[in-house]
Amino acid sequence: MSHFINRQRNVLDFAISSLLRRRLKNISLLLLYTLIVALVASLIFFVQSLKREAALLLKDAPDIVVQQLMAGRHDLIKTSNMERIAAIRGVTEVAPRQWGYYFDPVFGANYTVMVDTALGYDSGNAIIGQGVARNQRIAAGDIFTLRNAQNTPLLLNVKEVLPYESELLASDMILMAPRDFTLLFGFPEDAATDLAVTVANPRETITIAGKIAEMIPNSRPILKSEILRTYDSIFDWRGGLMVTILLISILSFVIFAWDKAAGLSAEEKRETGILKSIGWETSDILLLKFWEGSAVSLSAFLLGVAAAYIHVFFFSAPLFAPVLKGWSVLYPAFRLKPHIDLYQLSTLFFLTVMPYTAATILPSWLTATTDADSAMRS
Amino acid sequence: MIEMLEVSKSFNTGKPNEFLALDKVNLVIRRGELTILKGPSGSGKTTLLSLVGCMNRPSSGRIKLHGVRTSFMAQGSEAESLDISSLPERFLTEIRRRNFGFIFQQFNLVRGISVIENITLPAFPTGENYADFRRRAAGLLEQFGISRHADSKVEWLSGGEMQRVAIARALINDPELIIADEPTAHLDSRLSREFMDLVAGFRKEGRTVVIASHDPIVFTDPLADRVIEMRDGQIVDQGQP
Ligand SMILES: Nc1ncnc2c1ncn2[C@@H]1O[C@H](COP(=O)(O)OP(=O)(O)OP(=O)(O)O)[C@@H](O)[C@H]1O
Ligand SMILES: [Mg+2]
Repeated sequence: MSHFINRQRNVLDFAISSLLRRRLKNISLLLLYTLIVALVASLIFFVQSLKREAALLLKDAPDIVVQQLMAGRHDLIKTSNMERIAAIRGVTEVAPRQWGYYFDPVFGANYTVMVDTALGYDSGNAIIGQGVARNQRIAAGDIFTLRNAQNTPLLLNVKEVLPYESELLASDMILMAPRDFTLLFGFPEDAATDLAVTVANPRETITIAGKIAEMIPNSRPILKSEILRTYDSIFDWRGGLMVTILLISILSFVIFAWDKAAGLSAEEKRETGILKSIGWETSDILLLKFWEGSAVSLSAFLLGVAAAYIHVFFFSAPLFAPVLKGWSVLYPAFRLKPHIDLYQLSTLFFLTVMPYTAATILPSWLTATTDADSAMRS
Repeated sequence: MIEMLEVSKSFNTGKPNEFLALDKVNLVIRRGELTILKGPSGSGKTTLLSLVGCMNRPSSGRIKLHGVRTSFMAQGSEAESLDISSLPERFLTEIRRRNFGFIFQQFNLVRGISVIENITLPAFPTGENYADFRRRAAGLLEQFGISRHADSKVEWLSGGEMQRVAIARALINDPELIIADEPTAHLDSRLSREFMDLVAGFRKEGRTVVIASHDPIVFTDPLADRVIEMRDGQIVDQGQP
């Protein structure tokens, strides 16, 4: 056993001193390699966190959202429809949802204004998302104003700022009491933006949605699963775009690495001959090349992943933000919660460390099997 | 120690440029003796050495080793007689590493690494403790008077110093047999004589030495037990005393 460990350690030692001999070549290779790993790992971390954020928020979304359409345009729905929906078998709850987008010309931002009765604050109070707080430079206890339907200011007292969790989708949120909402938008008393329907058995959701569509003319029930899928595909599509770009860079790297690692120089060939002649076996030489390749690719992998972690979770992925987000001016400042998917990380490991190590070993194999006596005639 | 029976070696077998480098050679190398191979260029000295040193296998004939250290044979049954003509490469390497030390014409040192690393290189894959062979290497450097160059890169050394590094490397695994191919080809006559003094030292330590050379300083050395003469792949003079 100690024999085995000594052999590994001795050969690893020599591998490192070998790498240091070609310092410039190996360091530039390491840097490029690290950069690529950092890019791909950043992307993985980023998309993964976005998806998680969305899933977190949608976890509490209603099973069915019923919208009213007016010739294809989204319209307000009459709250009188609620009783009829509640009467459908399998429906446990129907709740009106009142919400709308508010554009603030002063700060140049879009907010999502929503009534939240469950929070139990009186009129004149509001709960805001992190983005709004940042954008308006306010915190809990401050007062801010929105311009209402009568073109007079609506004063709101900030009671809370929504917690960090799921910042992406809740960041632009302003929650307020029903009366303030009605005042702000001049909203009719007997209507809602849409209706949230809770279903007892998830398997009946589609049937119930069908019944609702039949019952209320021009209504459009939207299933939670549909929303989930839409979010998923938005992230996947945008993510896919980036993956394409990154795959191209990986490919070019593989070609580069192959060229660098595979094209054994005459010097290296001579050395292989010398090592064989002084009693190194083919397997010893392959072990040497394995350590050489692993030392480079493993450090690149670790450095790259660490850089990606810092890039995404400490600096909020400044490189990707414009591509993947950008549907509100509020988002660019948001911070993702650290989350690492081991499965994707190991995939990345196999896609980066393996090809490079293979690219260093394979060509050496061909030279390493030459006869030991070739060194006597060089 | 080594016995060769009707050994032939041909290159490019089966091709139109097939070449018979060794033709039915019979040779015995005795333990503790200094054997010198001489002969004109192309007569097959290097080829014969590569077979003696288990670097290559003969095309026909048998090569037997007597009393060599191996790890693949059971302990104690110290290989009475081992026919290497049929052993796989892995075992040949093992025999070579444990029993033979090589000194090459071009020294074959690895550039870019230090003298001490070059010397310890043959010990790396043996699985021996680094500190142990490192200490041995320091001892050899001391013995050859090149201690102050231990950490220099080999390409900075003079020819004579490189030769000493190459010799120290050949000795790192404490071999019984030392094989040298044209060891004095790059040395002036003073250094060549110094080399022969070192060889005398090996013999005194009880090592077996085989040298191929067409340098008169080598093959007229009074210490030589046998001077074997080769021509066209055949031994023309067994040099029996
Ligand atoms: N790998 C090879 N392929 C083809 N021919 C070879 C090979 N190795 C050696 N030879 C030939 O075998 C013959 C003997 O070569 P060898 O190197 O043994 O001679 P030598 O006595 O050592 O000569 P020198 O004194 O010049 O070193 C030469 O003619 C050489 O061209
Ligand atoms: Mg020769």
